[in-house]
Amino acid sequence: MFKKLLLLLPLINLATPVQSAEVNVYSGRKEALIKPLLERFSEQTGIKTRLVTAKADKLLVRLQNEGRNTPADLFITVDAGRLHRAKKAGVLQPVESETLKAAVPAQLRDPGGQWYGLSQRARVIFYNRERVQPSELARYEDLADPKWKGRICIRGSGNIYNQSLVASMILANGEQATEEWVRGLVRNMARPPRGGDRDQIMAAAAGVCDLAVANTYYYGKMLTSRKNPAQREAARKMGLLWPNQQDRGTHVNVSGAGVTRHAKNRDAAIRLLEFLVSPEAQQWYAEVNYEYPVVEGVPVSERVRSWGEFKADRVNLDRLGELNPEAVRIMDRAGWR
Amino acid sequence: MNPQCSSQMSGLTRLWRPGLILLALVLSLPVLTVTGFLLQPAGENWLHLKQTVLPEYLANSAWLVLGVGIGVLLVGVSTAWLTAMCRFPGKAFFSWALLLPLAMPAYIIAYTWTGMLDFAGPVQTLLREQTGWGYGDYRFPEIRSLGGAIAMLTLVLYPYVYLLGRAAFLEQSVCVLEVSRTLGCGPFCSFFRVALPLARPAIVAGLSLALMETLADYGTVAYFGLPVFTTGIFRTWFGMGDSVAAARLSALLLLLVFLLMLLERASRRQSRYHHTTGRYSRLPEYRLRGGLRWLAFALCLLPVVLGFLLPALQLGYWAWLGGLEPLDAEFRRLVLNTLMLGAVAALLALVLALLLGYGKRLMPTRGLRIASRVATLGYAVPGAVIAVGVMIPLAAFDNALDAWLRAHLGLSSGLLLSGSLFALIFAYMVRFLAVSLQTVEAGLDKIRPSMDDAARSLGYRPRASLQRVHMPLMKGSLLTALLIVFVDVMKELPATLILRPFDFNTLAVRAFELASDERLADSSSAALAIVAVGLLPVVYLSRSISQARAGHE
Repeated sequence: MFKKLLLLLPLINLATPVQSAEVNVYSGRKEALIKPLLERFSEQTGIKTRLVTAKADKLLVRLQNEGRNTPADLFITVDAGRLHRAKKAGVLQPVESETLKAAVPAQLRDPGGQWYGLSQRARVIFYNRERVQPSELARYEDLADPKWKGRICIRGSGNIYNQSLVASMILANGEQATEEWVRGLVRNMARPPRGGDRDQIMAAAAGVCDLAVANTYYYGKMLTSRKNPAQREAARKMGLLWPNQQDRGTHVNVSGAGVTRHAKNRDAAIRLLEFLVSPEAQQWYAEVNYEYPVVEGVPVSERVRSWGEFKADRVNLDRLGELNPEAVRIMDRAGWR
Repeated sequence: MNPQCSSQMSGLTRLWRPGLILLALVLSLPVLTVTGFLLQPAGENWLHLKQTVLPEYLANSAWLVLGVGIGVLLVGVSTAWLTAMCRFPGKAFFSWALLLPLAMPAYIIAYTWTGMLDFAGPVQTLLREQTGWGYGDYRFPEIRSLGGAIAMLTLVLYPYVYLLGRAAFLEQSVCVLEVSRTLGCGPFCSFFRVALPLARPAIVAGLSLALMETLADYGTVAYFGLPVFTTGIFRTWFGMGDSVAAARLSALLLLLVFLLMLLERASRRQSRYHHTTGRYSRLPEYRLRGGLRWLAFALCLLPVVLGFLLPALQLGYWAWLGGLEPLDAEFRRLVLNTLMLGAVAALLALVLALLLGYGKRLMPTRGLRIASRVATLGYAVPGAVIAVGVMIPLAAFDNALDAWLRAHLGLSSGLLLSGSLFALIFAYMVRFLAVSLQTVEAGLDKIRPSMDDAARSLGYRPRASLQRVHMPLMKGSLLTALLIVFVDVMKELPATLILRPFDFNTLAVRAFELASDERLADSSSAALAIVAVGLLPVVYLSRSISQARAGHE
């Protein structure tokens, strides 16, 4: 038995001396969407990068438990709700950087500098072109209008994009009005929520419902899907509607990153952050996922540009994170599965 | 234990008993860590859960377990008996082909079937094109529903019952069956009155594996939007960030599993199922005639087609549409990593299961029984929750060691176990020990205790009698344990994803990465590779199992 245990020894981390020229990344964003940039960064600076990707919420738990010995220097994730949660959990540290401050607009970063947005996505309404005139609705609030009864597809309430959307509604209209809105929305659902954002667009295109709520990049990916002609055709049947253009603007969210509290390679991690908001990185980072750059003046991809300009809700995203638990409770009470 | 043996055993026992209990305790650590959160006071989130969603979680989980239970029993037992005892066209092929769905991860089969049967999928589109119907003009069973989830999980989980049940049927002595024939029992009567009761421990073991896997499943139910326990746990823990409320849910889940185990135990009461004879000869096969032959053929064909062939074809089609992934060095490393993890975990789980199972047989004490029972609960807990349960004690150990070293020697060990392959293998043991232990115990149960006595009276020490008597007798069960753990580890995603070291990928991780944002089509190459890599051991081991019948060389 003892011999067998010895065989397992190589499986244990052999304490490697900490090298200054490396940066270790925990990423909730997929490998394909970040690794090429890390490689580019290494080429330019000679700083080595190592990467673990997983679901962001669980990476956060890992960070919390590893405590001061964590090997991670930079935590990347999507959605401000999660970034705020990481901040609340005390696993990030404030970073003061003129480069970052100048590049990232104030509402897209933590006021204390604990996280910075890296790309933006909007959560919008898609309508079936054959059945709906875009003039029939203009705001998220309209989704609770009884005239849409049985005509709306939206995914489950466990999804953080929906939670952040509801949080933004709380911020705009207050708790009570939001709960009523959620109840109205639930009444209008064509079917109990299931599947992801893509499935809602597919369902609306196929006629299960007339409206679908989804993030913009899913639409972009469906329109260009090589492997799935059905998705391509479905997306073509759907029009994109920017909600709340006459008032606060469309709800946007970010993918973002923060330097971990116990980062061993703090300076390298900040350099990586600064690299990620450089125009070159911004363009690639946003384009690869059909998102919008956070840095103004960086061109968006042609496909994304074709959806038109829009006015974004300029609320500070960290506030949405604060309201997240309230949003979840409202959705549970209103019966949004 | 016979009293006369205890004197010569005592030296061994004194060391082994606490050793085995300690082993079981270490393996229980993650489950205990999770349930330990129960000691903390319930917060307002718990109250909120109780008032709003808990009853629905409970009801849905119960229906799911009931449905899958019935499904796997019907499919698993009938095909196991047919392929073990009857002769019909394609029998040799089916005896291994029926295992193929085992290589198919539940979430992948759910994605592929949804792709085929969804409103926008090819089947319904064709239907609409042929008939001119539109939405609402016809009723089509909704795949993303409770019934759909039951079907999906049944399709991938019935092989547990099939495998263990078939091994049990094959290990049965022909004598008892012949006796039943002389007493006037036809094939079906002797199936219900003799073969089935004798195979019951094995079938129940397979069933409980399937049900625990059902309760732990996250990928399928989440994709189908079913509010069950696991979705609730994920939502409160990782969504609301409330570990206490989530742990309460997990503890409730464990309670449910414990209840199921007790129920089965109570229904078995004091019955024991040993083979009373060691005389094995070739099993006589019932020759099925006429329509029955083809009925058996169809019965065996259906699960293979639905659980493997069609989903694999769909994956293949998607992969072909998008161009296959290049089989480059990167891809080979993925395959190697996957094989390595699966092999190490399967062997280790078998060794641990033999230690615990045989230890329990030699020393059936309450402490050991409870400890090993708790150690196997991990199988009913979602992988991500196990991962957290592994992470907490390991990180605590690492940080304590590091703090001590810093204080006394002025050096830092950093994280020794966390984020290493050790953590990963440990998590696999916690999660999959139940598989190997159940299988090994089912094998051991069928060996009469008098065999032990005979071996011992012939001078074998316990270890020798294990090696020379028990292990050869239950070779089939041992191979089965290896096979299931290997395939399970290969398919495992949530724990692997979160516990893995830097820059370490497996096929399942790759499939998940490529299936970014619910696009399974994009990950079809990796998903196919999981299935393909899983096929080899499935086919190889299933052949060895059918040749491993005692009395055959």
